[in-house]
Amino acid sequence: MNWDTVLPLLLFLVIIFFIGFWSAGRMGQANDFLQEYFLGSRELGGLILAMTMIATYGSASSFIGGPGAAYTQGLGWVLLSMSQVATGYFVLMILGKKFAIQARQYKAITLVDYLKGRYNSKAVVLLSAASILIFLFSAMTAQWVGGARLIESLTGLSYTSALFIFAVSVLIYVIIGGFRAVAVTDALQGIIMFVGTLIILIGTIYAGGGMSQIMSDLAAENPNLITPFGHDGTLTPQYVSSFWILVGVGVIGLPQVAVRAMSYKSAKSMHRALIIGTIVVAFMMFGMHLVGVMARPILPGIEVADSVMPMITMEVLPNWLAGIVLAAPMAAIMSTVDSLLLLVSSTVVKDVYLNYVQPKASHKKVKQMSFGVTAVVGIAVFAMALSPPDLLIWLNLFAFGGLEAAFIWPIVLGLYWSKGNKYGAITAIVLGAGSYGIIYQWWSDPFGMHPVVLPVCFSFLGYIVASLITRQRKRFMKG
Amino acid sequence: MRNQHEDRDPRFRIARREAWIGVGLVLFNFLWWFGFAYGLGSSPAEEYRYIFGMPAWFFYSCALGSIVMMILVFVMVKVFFREVPLDEEEESS
Repeated sequence: MNWDTVLPLLLFLVIIFFIGFWSAGRMGQANDFLQEYFLGSRELGGLILAMTMIATYGSASSFIGGPGAAYTQGLGWVLLSMSQVATGYFVLMILGKKFAIQARQYKAITLVDYLKGRYNSKAVVLLSAASILIFLFSAMTAQWVGGARLIESLTGLSYTSALFIFAVSVLIYVIIGGFRAVAVTDALQGIIMFVGTLIILIGTIYAGGGMSQIMSDLAAENPNLITPFGHDGTLTPQYVSSFWILVGVGVIGLPQVAVRAMSYKSAKSMHRALIIGTIVVAFMMFGMHLVGVMARPILPGIEVADSVMPMITMEVLPNWLAGIVLAAPMAAIMSTVDSLLLLVSSTVVKDVYLNYVQPKASHKKVKQMSFGVTAVVGIAVFAMALSPPDLLIWLNLFAFGGLEAAFIWPIVLGLYWSKGNKYGAITAIVLGAGSYGIIYQWWSDPFGMHPVVLPVCFSFLGYIVASLITRQRKRFMKG
Repeated sequence: MRNQHEDRDPRFRIARREAWIGVGLVLFNFLWWFGFAYGLGSSPAEEYRYIFGMPAWFFYSCALGSIVMMILVFVMVKVFFREVPLDEEEESS
């Protein structure tokens, strides 16, 4: 075992536990347990809000998969990744103050609560709760597998023990600390990711002999690497542009991101989060993916794309510094997983149990349920991650696009279009997720674009048409 | 009844305007990104000009583009965004 790289990771885990216990202490003081446990009593400030949004969204793909793809594709993949800069300001500006105010009026703690308050429909609640449970459970399991693989490769432990360490660390601070612990650890993890990106970027430029040298090495190997079109010229403008929907503006539809937009304290924290978020996300995406490209002349011939990041880090940095930088992808995975875990558990407790099973549950019972469900979901994910079934892997690939296509219009049009109603929302959810599944499976690149584009359009049309038709029918029946 | 209440709430007019600013920013962001990347990047790689060691299309579209967006978001928030109370009448303790 390489203690130089393991020690920073251990230190990182200790700090995270500390945050978990501190948050558990705050929970004793809160008036409303559910608000505190699942939303941190809506007290997030600007820095923490910005960081928790980025960290929740920027998962393993930003630190492992993304740079790996950039290594293969060249600068065209960095260009593609820059579509994510929009997430830094777009989600908070669009959902904005209206979402935060209405969530407070409805006393909403989860995205489903908000939809319930806006549409007053049992069908909308059950449909959205079911899709969140199915998709996010699978997404979470896939992230756990990623986390365990990373610990495995860094420490040399077996996959099962790595998974165990990962599971125990995440479970403890999420179960006892709730949303506040998740948000504060996310902020810490976000800072680690930011600093890690800066260090590795400087280290790589230096090791490659400067930017000009690296670019001419790349051009000498294959001129396509420094064009926007990918290593074999197949990254077309419409394909790359369609990522603006998948990883840019569509992110509004992800429940784990949207729920954060109701958790901030004041308009002032939102303003600060906009500025900080844009700076951090732009720098991190640019830096990490550019490092992936620049790794090519320094370490040619890496076969497994996912190992590009760990290998270049070990190559260009001294051991102890590499340990700190490699805590970044670890942090990225953890901060995604913790948010998903809490979201799935809040969906079970708040949206299903309290809405339909036992609305009059006592304070103590709710508390037990919240801790209990979080623990049970966590253990179930652990069991699944030991040997993930094929269906689950498919669902995970499907999860983000499916959730985006399902929820983006019920949320956004629900906020700003007063004519939208529950029939529109149901149509949008079913049509969006359904058509995404079909297109994803059988028509992988409609018109050269990512499969998420068409379902988002269908879901938009479905929402508008269904809302207008049912509205007219109602009016007709009245008159 | 909730709807009438909503239409009168001046905070929602502010929120609506800020959402449109978001849409405007993302369109500008996309055009800047697309225009420089494919406008300058479509010529053969041998004819590229370089700025700070990076191909010009990449510098303008990705590096400078990010900095421009950071500045724009900062200016928009400072100039156009209004601070409004988020809670209902009663203050949360």
